[in-house]
Amino acid sequence: MVATAFDELRDLYQEVILDHGRHPRNHRRLQDADRSAKGDNPMCGDRVEVFLRLGPDERIAEATFEGRGCAISLASASLMTEIVPGRTAAEARAIGAALRTLARTGTCPACAPAVAEAIERLAPLGGVSEYPSRVKCATLAWHALDAALSGEGRATSE
Amino acid sequence: MSDAAPSAPRAGLDVMAIRREFPILAETVRGKPLVFLDSAASAQKPRAVIAAMAGAMERQYANVHRGLHWMSERATEAYESARDAAQALLGAASRDEIVFVRNTTEGINLVAHSWGRAFLRPGDAVLISAMEHHSNIVPWQMLRDQHGTELRIAPVTEAGELDMAAFEALLADGRVKLVAVTHMSNVLGTYTPAERIVTLAHQAGAKVLLDGSQAVVHRKVDVQRLGCDFYVFTGHKLYGPTGIGVLWGRAELLEAMPPFLGGGDMISSVSFERSTWARVPHKFEAGTPAIIEGIGLKAAIDWTMALGWEAIAAHEQALTDHALARLSAIEGLSILGRAQDRGGVVSFTLDGVHAHDVATLLDRQGIAVRAGQHCAEPLIRRFGLDSTARASFAAYTTMAEIDFLAEQLARVRAFFR
Repeated sequence: MVATAFDELRDLYQEVILDHGRHPRNHRRLQDADRSAKGDNPMCGDRVEVFLRLGPDERIAEATFEGRGCAISLASASLMTEIVPGRTAAEARAIGAALRTLARTGTCPACAPAVAEAIERLAPLGGVSEYPSRVKCATLAWHALDAALSGEGRATSE
Repeated sequence: MSDAAPSAPRAGLDVMAIRREFPILAETVRGKPLVFLDSAASAQKPRAVIAAMAGAMERQYANVHRGLHWMSERATEAYESARDAAQALLGAASRDEIVFVRNTTEGINLVAHSWGRAFLRPGDAVLISAMEHHSNIVPWQMLRDQHGTELRIAPVTEAGELDMAAFEALLADGRVKLVAVTHMSNVLGTYTPAERIVTLAHQAGAKVLLDGSQAVVHRKVDVQRLGCDFYVFTGHKLYGPTGIGVLWGRAELLEAMPPFLGGGDMISSVSFERSTWARVPHKFEAGTPAIIEGIGLKAAIDWTMALGWEAIAAHEQALTDHALARLSAIEGLSILGRAQDRGGVVSFTLDGVHAHDVATLLDRQGIAVRAGQHCAEPLIRRFGLDSTARASFAAYTTMAEIDFLAEQLARVRAFFR
């Protein structure tokens, strides 16, 4: 049973976010990772590390993450690891860029049709747009994904 | 029976009357009354401060220390009266020991840069504690890296107190020349045993700087009784404006120190060959100062002192005791630190709920708390955490606000179960 006092927060903490926040998927180190990168938000202490295994076609074959953080950042990382497998680096980056627009503005009207399906799954994260200090929670894992794809090893979201 | 005439006990704070002096406390947040429990980050401002600053701009404003005209003389008088107020606040021996800075961070940097470079030699050590704000860590790291001094860290016990045995041991080799520690932790609420620290440090041949950012708001500080050598605080946590703070230093130390920034107002004479410095404290106050903010700081100090330190301390102690009792009764809630001597700052974690989620859910109810590392990352890590939520109290905080916080925290936990 959910406390009624926080009903107005249902826009931010939708069931999918609470679920992925409580039970993050692919929340483990990937031993045979081809790429990895740490993401770090020095303002709030959230840290995440993203691991990628690439297929022979250079598409992402598997994505996992480690780290601790708030429900929003865990849910975003968890959803990411479900969404990016099967995609090329360019496709994954495009989804990350669309997610950042979504988190800042709540919508992504200009988002390319290629990312529409992914953004539909990520739509619950658009709730952070009303809480500017929480936007970086939603984007941290995606910054780390970018860094892993480009081989930088480290990203910050401030 | 004491033969001294019993002084009339000072009345307790009339919190409702105090609240009416803070216009912002009538505001609503997301449709709910503001419950401001983030005063340790920055306190709200009473009308006395707002009026003093607006009045200065409306009626008495010009640059200070230079104009030979009526307006400049009036502005100089008003601004310089802040120095007298700060002297009274700290119990300093002389108004000339009060150096205006932007904030505590700048004050500590001033000491590190000026005193540190002039009087510390490579191999000398600076001793801080594990419960310092970043502002009392980073300047000493920079000095270490650029000047070759050593940086030592006195540990904090599980209870959140300074480990005095370890502290003494770190002083034992006589190489520590400066002890720089907080007077009250902004995370744990712990008061450090300042007088004992000063005694031990002086015996070991070290000077002592106290970071008074938190302490100066909550209890009477008397630098002469404490016996320290430098004391630093910021105005905006003391119900005053941002952009103004105070570095107090012993006159003989300030006299011997080289200037920090160079420019106008800090010189006695300038030629292209050489310049000579103004007397203390102006030697350290280059450029046009924060005039309006200084006038606001005076109003804030006067306002706070008029409440009376005993009344402030009693009120905040009652709030803290109440908060500790109410919060510790919440299932899954852990309070960081259990120091014997502590003030109105309570950091906590809630099982299974990240501090940011706690803060956002409370915010939706109009409650402002801080969440994160509180500019004290090493301390948060010391307790094996990534972040905490923190509620902090001021003269305008009510028991009802703490009750509301406790009720909402119980609901936060239910929401995430």
